[in-house]
Amino acid sequence: MNEQFYNVSANPHVRDKASTHSIMLDVIIALLPATLFGWWNFGVNAVILTVLSIATCVISEYAWQYFMHKKITVGDMSAVLTGLLLAMNLPAGVPYWMPVLGGVFAIIVVKQLFGGLGQNFMNPALGARCFLLISFAGMMTDFSVKGFGTTFDATTGATPLAALKAGQAVNLKDMFLGLTPGTIGETSAILLILGGLYLIFKGIISWRIPICYIATLSIFVLLFGGHGFDAVYLAQHLCGGGLMLGAFFMATDYVTSPITPKGQIVFGILLGLLTGIFRIFGGSAEGVSYAIIFCNLLVPLIERFTTPTAFGKGGKN
Amino acid sequence: MGLLTFKGGLHPYDGKELSKDKAITEYLPQGEMVYPLSQHIGAPAVACVKKGDNVLVGQKIAEAGGFVSANIFSSVSGKVLKIEPRLTVSGNKVNSIVIENDGFYKKAEFHPVETMTKENILAAVKEAGIVGLGGAGFPTHVKLSPKEPEKIDYIIVNAAECEPYITADYRQMMETPEDLLSGLNIILSMFPAAKGVIGIEDNKPEAIRKLTEMCKEEERIEVAALKTKYPQGAERSLIFAVTGRAINSGMLPADAGCIVDNVATVIAIHEAVTMGKPLYERVVTVTGDAIAEPGNFKVKSGTNAAELVDAAGGFKTRPEKVISGGPMMGMALSSLDVPCQKAFSSLLCLTKDEVAACEPGNCIRCGRCISVCPAGLMPTRLSEIADKGDFALFDQLNGCECVECGCCSYICPAKRRLTQSMKTGRREALALRRRQK
Ligand code: SF4
Ligand code: SF4
Repeated sequence: MNEQFYNVSANPHVRDKASTHSIMLDVIIALLPATLFGWWNFGVNAVILTVLSIATCVISEYAWQYFMHKKITVGDMSAVLTGLLLAMNLPAGVPYWMPVLGGVFAIIVVKQLFGGLGQNFMNPALGARCFLLISFAGMMTDFSVKGFGTTFDATTGATPLAALKAGQAVNLKDMFLGLTPGTIGETSAILLILGGLYLIFKGIISWRIPICYIATLSIFVLLFGGHGFDAVYLAQHLCGGGLMLGAFFMATDYVTSPITPKGQIVFGILLGLLTGIFRIFGGSAEGVSYAIIFCNLLVPLIERFTTPTAFGKGGKN
Repeated sequence: MGLLTFKGGLHPYDGKELSKDKAITEYLPQGEMVYPLSQHIGAPAVACVKKGDNVLVGQKIAEAGGFVSANIFSSVSGKVLKIEPRLTVSGNKVNSIVIENDGFYKKAEFHPVETMTKENILAAVKEAGIVGLGGAGFPTHVKLSPKEPEKIDYIIVNAAECEPYITADYRQMMETPEDLLSGLNIILSMFPAAKGVIGIEDNKPEAIRKLTEMCKEEERIEVAALKTKYPQGAERSLIFAVTGRAINSGMLPADAGCIVDNVATVIAIHEAVTMGKPLYERVVTVTGDAIAEPGNFKVKSGTNAAELVDAAGGFKTRPEKVISGGPMMGMALSSLDVPCQKAFSSLLCLTKDEVAACEPGNCIRCGRCISVCPAGLMPTRLSEIADKGDFALFDQLNGCECVECGCCSYICPAKRRLTQSMKTGRREALALRRRQK
């Protein structure tokens, strides 16, 4: 009779097209406009730092997996994304060893030592940024670099939020477009928002974390900012300090944010509160990175309390 | 009525255009006929013929082996060759009656139900060996005998046919809708307090139009348009969509006042009651991109699956995978040398095996499996627990609520085999429950 044998496996026998690779690629695509703008704003150095950062991350991941005899997974693009995010969080004037050190730290210490993709509890790029900030505070907060399209006064090199905190005037339009000092990828609010919307519409990230984050911070600033209902002041807060980069791209990192829908709402609100506290009552003007890192640590706890109810097991479905 | 639906689910490529406009044609088998004694949920049937016996079409060849079991009938006239274990769609060898087809199709005598009482209808359904034809194969007379019949207020015809590719129920709705309504009216006559709802996904507008038109005169029957979303036809999802009542794995549809049967099953009830015809044939969709001429066939039980491929023009390309049922919940067959049995709704032949094509990677915690799970579970966590072998914890976290729909594996970008782990977890956890009792 029929002697042919066919593949067998458990159901289902079909798979969705989206893969880890395609998702990472989509996030990179969403970051591109802001990256290109950063290069234009901060010049050749920004380009070199970005390339170094990505290369370091990919090579570190490859080397680790090679020497630890693990499956090589650099093809999934997650290391490229980490490298890009790290570069976007660096000021354009740092020396070239900075992205290399940061990249190695992000991939080896924050990601691989905890078991690799999906196992780390801190966002690798942010972990590396905070590590660099603590170790090299001076260089990491020196924003006095000029690029091709620079229009801001590079000599003072104060970020708009720092200026705001110091009581100086800042131009909201420049902040919105990104014509201000800052890290390579954080300045252009509009391009980051566009990238974020792209991810939401493609179904890569949900609206829950960014919207809850931004909404909570807004309310916090209006209540405690000391400026009453001042729309311009509020907008300056939202456009500055890497909030858009953090809210759309760093806080939504799958691995280090809650997986449960309700948990994502809680996470967003906590981020808003913490950022508000850091910015308004704390010493520094920014606060986004530390808020995210701190909330990363709370994720297991948040998930425990927000496990969805099984269908037909009480609760509303 | 607006579009009814449930939470979770997804939209796989549906492939129905391959066969949806192909009228049902009868296929007469060539080779020997094989009738597994266990082709339903419950106890195996017991053979009541022996080697050398002559049988007729519609003659009982095996007797139900208990209340939850079903009679089995010959679909051809001819001679019993032997009774021996044969490979079935389940992948196991099952004791089967093998019959040589004489090609005359001489029929046994059928006796329709004369006085339509509840008892007579139930007896006829039971005698005809009817089981759920959607895939589960649960004996229908058991479903029709709920503990508290007066509490049944919905008879739902599952016409969602949400599995991609399959068009068997759809064709029957288009070609013999009067039989469907007759069958539904028979069930309704058993439950005076109930109303009949035919739930159809809105990707079958012609069927919705046709049945709505025909139901104008029917006071107790209503057609409900359901949102097209897999697994709309899963019993619990369908009950929720139609009635808003949520049941869990520990409950029966009857606990929510519902009896659910799919289209083919309701038509089989009609045939058993009005004609006395037992269940020995069914409509099977033979389809997939490996099949030359996909179509819908009326197939006699016991027909070899390889013959169906020939009936549909043979293979266009060699398939990597052949499946009994749909791509989401069907069973992969290692060989086509298996008989079609009662719950065999489709033979799907795919040129490419998407499962073998993708390596599972690390979970990236994207949460997709959670948002598609119709059972409201966290497949990523539960599958990990199942893989570690902690079946007590698996059960405690409601892992047994999984309906094995396949949505989580389908959607996972890391291509993790979540459903597979969930199935193992369920099996082991349920076994653990039994041991602890
Ligand atoms: S197979 Fe089970 S766990 Fe996976 S989506 Fe379906 S019900 Fe949920
Ligand atoms: S869909 Fe896959 S990658 Fe995403 S959370 Fe579930 S198991 Fe993890």
